[in-house]
Amino acid sequence: MAGPLGKDLLGLEPLSAAQIRLILDTAVPFREISERAIKKVPTLRGATIVNLFFEASTRTRISFEFAEKRLSADTVNVAAQGSSVSKGETLVDTARNLEAMKIDMVVIRHMASGAARFLAERIESNVINAGDGTNEHPTQGLLDLLTMRDRFGDLTGRRICIVGDVLHSRVARSNIWGLTKLGAEVAVCGPRSLLPNAVESLGVTVFDRIEAAIEWADALNVLRLQLERMQAGYIPSLREYNRVFGVTSARLEKAPRDLVILHPGPMNRGVEIDSDVADGPHAVILDQVTNGVAVRMAVLYLLAGGRPELAEAAKRGGA
Amino acid sequence: MSSSSLTVLDARAVDRTLRRMADQILELNAGTDRLVIVGIQRRGVQLADRIVRIIAAQEGTEVASGALDITLYRDDLQTVGPRPVVGSTSLPWTLEDQRVVIVDDVLYTGRTVRAAMDELADFGRPSRIALAVLIDRGGRELPIHADIVGRKVDVTPGDRVDVLVEDLDGRDEVVIVSRQDGR
Repeated sequence: MAGPLGKDLLGLEPLSAAQIRLILDTAVPFREISERAIKKVPTLRGATIVNLFFEASTRTRISFEFAEKRLSADTVNVAAQGSSVSKGETLVDTARNLEAMKIDMVVIRHMASGAARFLAERIESNVINAGDGTNEHPTQGLLDLLTMRDRFGDLTGRRICIVGDVLHSRVARSNIWGLTKLGAEVAVCGPRSLLPNAVESLGVTVFDRIEAAIEWADALNVLRLQLERMQAGYIPSLREYNRVFGVTSARLEKAPRDLVILHPGPMNRGVEIDSDVADGPHAVILDQVTNGVAVRMAVLYLLAGGRPELAEAAKRGGA
Repeated sequence: MSSSSLTVLDARAVDRTLRRMADQILELNAGTDRLVIVGIQRRGVQLADRIVRIIAAQEGTEVASGALDITLYRDDLQTVGPRPVVGSTSLPWTLEDQRVVIVDDVLYTGRTVRAAMDELADFGRPSRIALAVLIDRGGRELPIHADIVGRKVDVTPGDRVDVLVEDLDGRDEVVIVSRQDGR
């Protein structure tokens, strides 16, 4: 018997709308735990979780670690630097070695798209994708959905525009899957060089001008412009990017309604987003961070447990 | 296989029982001083609210109350998997040195109460914790007993005790539903 989400969380693409709603609904009561004096419940006591990070991450790793610790799980962090990964061990060998030490879950961040699925198919532990290449970053997508749902109630018919480097963004992809499944209208906006080919086939509208996107949208999810993209020739300069696509208060003032502003962090202030917008009343960027812990607690909770042999025993015992 | 149901308490009996339980809670705690009444989600919360209202009408003071969701404190996550619906816990700002009365609808194995006490301990150290239940159906698996019992019923393990409350179910009633194997 698998739990309500199955064994793993690899992305939002394989989930149904009902499963996504279940995660969001479950995350709401988990928020309250982080407000308590003792920020801990015993739910995952005795479970061992390995955070396997092949790529640098501060926010996501810390957020997962808080979520795990607040559910009383035991956690181990493995970073690619300083581990046997840097000695050339393969991903599956690393994971199998960890599994031989009797672990229950793996949270994996990897630079290769599909790494989480590759691992999930080869080990028995639950696998949670914390970002794989340019494919998906499901818990980020979920925390964005929860933050928007807090603001809008229902997302049906709401218009969300994802701004910036959609091409390299797993956050964008998880957002598009999640938002469309929940009935929102999704658009993307950015330089054509940073939009995937045939992005329209994902069911999104494309805006070439940020002004048009601002006029259309209820919320903007402003992506981080990875600075190395400039060296790679995707954009001429950061200043020009800010001038053409930057989310500025001057542009937002012209909008027909107040827009909710999201950003997955870390921000490049003055590039994709101006400081007065990031710190302004309509930015929900820190709410996203708070929701991140709650959403990850919900995912851990929903993936945990459900061992068939024990369930049978419990039924016989009439528990 | 068919089932038969037997009403143990009707609406008026539920009301009388709750009034008596409210009296007993006041007696046990020598009044309303530092009293906190905490219901266990979901029907325990409704019953706790009713008891708080009865006490308010009688004593003229609104005692502190709260709600406890013990889902995350259950000991069966590994065996039956996650319960899809996690409710919310909300408690008064302090339990330190308070007299807490846990209210639940049915006392059976005692595991829910065990979980509730664990959860309360994470919020502070009450000076005492008491347990008040509308129905005690026996069948304990832990050394736990109720200080205040609305009605004790004898049922066999396969039977179900359903507590209906007006706010959630449209009427107050306690029913025993027994399964019969058509002999």
